[in-house]
Amino acid sequence: MRLQYPSNVKIIKLPCTGRVDLIHLLRSFEKGADGVCVVGCMEGACQYTSGNIRARKRVEEAQRILESIKIGGERVQMFNLSSSEAPLFVKRISEFTERLKEMGPNPMKTAMKRAA
Amino acid sequence: MIVAKRKPIEEIIEEAQAYEKILLLGCNECVTVCEAGGKKEVAVLASALRMHFMNQGKDVKIDEITLERQCDHEYLEELRNRIDQYDAVISLACGVGVQFMAEKYMSMPVLPGVDTCFMGVTEERGVWSERCQGCGSCMLAKTAGICPVSRCAKRLFNGPCGGSTDGHCEIDKDVICGWQLIVDRLTKLDKMDDYEVLMPIKDWSTERAGGPRKVVREDVMQ
Repeated sequence: MRLQYPSNVKIIKLPCTGRVDLIHLLRSFEKGADGVCVVGCMEGACQYTSGNIRARKRVEEAQRILESIKIGGERVQMFNLSSSEAPLFVKRISEFTERLKEMGPNPMKTAMKRAA
Repeated sequence: MIVAKRKPIEEIIEEAQAYEKILLLGCNECVTVCEAGGKKEVAVLASALRMHFMNQGKDVKIDEITLERQCDHEYLEELRNRIDQYDAVISLACGVGVQFMAEKYMSMPVLPGVDTCFMGVTEERGVWSERCQGCGSCMLAKTAGICPVSRCAKRLFNGPCGGSTDGHCEIDKDVICGWQLIVDRLTKLDKMDDYEVLMPIKDWSTERAGGPRKVVREDVMQ
């Protein structure tokens, strides 16, 4: 299919989104990521029963924390699709990248530069 | 176990605002089990605080340590040689740990990172409920192993009251009537005769009403 997705997106492969912990999401922002998108299987179709549902709850918690420390809860998102939906993946990830551009850089990035 | 819940981050930030070298101190016991103040929660809070302070342009050092327990001298002693590096400690232990830490290190501000709630059980992951209020004179032998002090909203000893409807308490339809549980279990145990015996007035002096309590065991003292 050879579809193109934004070149600034770095993909981290995991066996299941259930492996994503709250601290992984927070550390990404601490290290300067502008946004994190957790892409899981369709709800109800998890190979490990409920990994993607757990991931969704962790993403929601990360959103709450990021909102309360004024980094921006919208910078972390989750969407669900099946492995055969490459065009949808490209569409969603492109939309997310565009939204992040509108939001501007992670405030941590500028803060780190200021501190350096 | 002692059940606690995480404090809102905004409240912790408010408490910690005045300090520049902060130690986040977790506890490996009860608060780890109820996912409020163990190593993982310490890491999450540390990350959030680091981001907050950096975003504010403040250079705040935040270190993370999780002790085996904060309610015993020997574990708190592990901090003796390094505590001077910090100007405040945020303890994610229960109120017991926070206080013992404060008693031990008199000149160190110790701030609570969790709200301590009750002594309870894990019903399922993410759901904890109260089972004991530490009244100091256990009556579970007479109440089929279900505590009227902690499970009955009115702490009745000869219940249920008139507010029990379909096995639920009048204070909240989601609260199960403690006395319904007692009667159900006495029935199962074929001990309903016990229910007919009037319970005497409880001596509450062993409870918190008698002031701060202490247990002294001379046979194990050194």
